[in-house]
Amino acid sequence: MRGRLLALLIVVVTAVLITVGTLWPIQSASAMAGTSPRSLNGSSGSASPQAAAQSLLQAISRRNWGAAYAALANKSEFSETEFVRDLTGSYTSLRSYATLDGFDLSPLRAASDEAQFQANLNWSSVVGTFQDVRNLRVIKAGDRWQVVWPIDREPKIPPQVIPVNYLRWDVIYRGAQDDWGTQDVESPHVRIVDMHPVDRGGGTVILGELLNEDVVPAFVTVKATLLAKDGSALATEDSFEKISHILLPKQVTPFRIDFKNVRLAQVDNVRIEPSSTLVAASADPVIGVESQKLNPLPLPSLTGQLVNQSGQVVNITHVLSTFYDNRGQIIWVADQYTNRALLPQTPVPFSISYPADLADKINNYRVVTSTFSVGRFQ
Amino acid sequence: MKERTILLSVSIMAAAMQLAAAESGGLQVPRTVEAGSAFSITTSASSKAVLYIVSPLQVLRRDVEPGASVDIGSGALHNAGHYLALLVGPSSTEKAEFDVVAASQPASVSFLAKPSRLPVNLPEGISGVAYVFDVFRNLVLKPMPVSFKLSDSGTPQTRSVATRNGVAWVKMNSAPKAGAAQFQVSVGSVANKRVVQQVPGDPCNLRMSARRSGERVVVETEPVRDCSGNAVSDGTIVTFTQTYNGRSEATVDVPLKRDVARTELPAREGSVISVATGVVMGNEIRLGGR
Repeated sequence: MRGRLLALLIVVVTAVLITVGTLWPIQSASAMAGTSPRSLNGSSGSASPQAAAQSLLQAISRRNWGAAYAALANKSEFSETEFVRDLTGSYTSLRSYATLDGFDLSPLRAASDEAQFQANLNWSSVVGTFQDVRNLRVIKAGDRWQVVWPIDREPKIPPQVIPVNYLRWDVIYRGAQDDWGTQDVESPHVRIVDMHPVDRGGGTVILGELLNEDVVPAFVTVKATLLAKDGSALATEDSFEKISHILLPKQVTPFRIDFKNVRLAQVDNVRIEPSSTLVAASADPVIGVESQKLNPLPLPSLTGQLVNQSGQVVNITHVLSTFYDNRGQIIWVADQYTNRALLPQTPVPFSISYPADLADKINNYRVVTSTFSVGRFQ
Repeated sequence: MKERTILLSVSIMAAAMQLAAAESGGLQVPRTVEAGSAFSITTSASSKAVLYIVSPLQVLRRDVEPGASVDIGSGALHNAGHYLALLVGPSSTEKAEFDVVAASQPASVSFLAKPSRLPVNLPEGISGVAYVFDVFRNLVLKPMPVSFKLSDSGTPQTRSVATRNGVAWVKMNSAPKAGAAQFQVSVGSVANKRVVQQVPGDPCNLRMSARRSGERVVVETEPVRDCSGNAVSDGTIVTFTQTYNGRSEATVDVPLKRDVARTELPAREGSVISVATGVVMGNEIRLGGR
C-alpha cells in the first residue's frame, strides 16, 4: 500500500515538474533546446532584444556559424571566418574543441531602439569549463532587433624571423638485445623541497613543491598515502593535473593532492612517493608571466599575462600557481588552462581563482607554466 | 624443456645414488674436463650397456659396446659443474664422478657500471663490476687479472684487479671536469665499455646584469658555472623574478643556452629583479629609484 502511494507521489511530482519546466523554462536551457522565442525572420532579426541575443547564442551553441553570423547587425565589420575565429580561436586551442554548455544573459540597460546585455558563455572542454564574458549591444533595425557582435580579433604577427637556438634531449634506452650487464640510463634525481598537509573542506590536502635536481629532463608524478596512527593506509592519491609533469633541470613545480574523504585529524603520517622518468624533452618555448596581480574579494584571483617569448605557437598552456603566507609556507596551489593559443610575443591573460578564506593570508605567490604545441611532444 | 631436463637429471641421479651404493669401479673418467673439450671414458662392460652422463643442466646418453671406450666429442659437454657418469648394464651399474670446469680462455665479460650519471669530483662514486665468462657462458672461476680504465679528457684512471670466484670490482672517483667518460674493462683480449656521464654540480656564484631596452629591461646571467668551473648544463632552468613592494609581478623560467640565460621583463621603476636556479640564489637588481 505504502509502495503504491510512493509510486503515485513520484508520478505526480514528475508531472508537476514537467509542467513547470515547460511553462517557465530557464533561459539557457530553453535556448539550448531550441525552444526559445524564435527569430521571426531567420537572419533578419528578432521581435525583442532578449530574443535576438538568445537566438544568436543558441545558434553559436549549435555551431551553426552561418545562421549566427547572418543574424548580426554589424556583418560589414568582419567576415564570417573572422567571427568563427573569434569564437573557436585562430589556432588550435582548448576553444577549438570546446562546446558552449550554456549561457546567462543579464540586461545592463534598455532603451527604445537599443539594449545591452552581459552574456556569460560557459564553455565545456576536456580539462574543465571556462567562461567567456561578452557585452552584447542589441539595436533595433526597422521592427527587428539584431545583435552587434563585439568582435575580438586575435592579433596578427607580422612576418618575421625569430631566431631560436633549440635545445632538446633525446634518450637512447637499453635495447632488448643488450647484455644483462648493460645498465639503462639513470632516472632523473628529484627531491621534495616542501610538503605541507592542510585541512580543507572536511578533507585533507597535501601541498608541496618538487625539484628536479638532475641535469636531464624528467617526467614526474607525486603519490601520497595518508597513514593512520596504527600505520594502516587511509587513502592513496596522486597529484594528477595539479602538477607540471615535465620538469627541466633545476626546475621546481608545485603539486597538490586532494583527499576529499579523509579528515586531517585522522592522519598520523603522510608517505610521499615522488617518481621520475627520463624523457625526451625540449627546452622551448619560454613563457614569461607578467603583470601578476592579486585581486581582492568578492572574486579572489591571481591574474596576469602570459607572453610567449619563443617563435612557435603554443596551443595549450597550463598555468599553476603556488600561494605562500608571510612565513613562506605554501598555503594553496591552484591552476588554470588558457583557452586561447599563445602567439609569439603576444600577451594572453590568465586568471586563477583561490579560496576566499585565504585572501588575507596570501603574502606572495609563484607562477609556473607548462605548454603543449601541436606537432611537438611537449 | 630445460625444466624437463633438470627433472630427468635429478631423477636419474637419485636412482643412480641408490645403485651406486652397491656397485662401483671399472668406469674410468678424467677427474676434471674443460668445458667443450673432447675426452674418452673407458669402460669394463662385458655386455652391451648404456652410459649416462648427468648434471643438473645437461644429460648425455651413449650406447656402449662390450670393452669399448666412449668418446665424448668436442662441445658435447659445455656446462660447467659436477657430473655423474653411470654405466648401466643388464646386471650391474657402475658409477664415476667428475667435474667440468670453465675454459681457461675468457670469451666475454659482463660489465656493470653504476651510476650512468653522477656529479663531478665524487670520490669512489663510480663502481664497476666485471663477470668473466668462457665461450659457453660459464663463469671462469680461476683468478684472472681484470683491467679497469676510466678515461675522460684528463688523465685516465687505471686499476688492475684479480677476479675472485669469477668476479672483479673496483670503485673510482669522478673527474673534476664534466663530460662523458669511457669506462672500459678488459680481460685478456676481451673488453667491454660503458659510458658514464660526469655532470656539473650546482651552480656557484650566480650573477646577472640588466640593461634597459625601451619599455623593457633585458636581463642576462653571466656564464653559469659550478664550483669546479664547469659550465652548468644547457637546459638548466634559471628563474628570473620581478617583485614590487615584496610581491611577485613577473616570473620567467628560462633554460640556459650556451651557458647563459636571457630574458626580457617590464622596466618598472622601483621593482627588484632576482635570479635563482633550483635552490641556489643569485644577485638582485633594483630598477631605478623611488
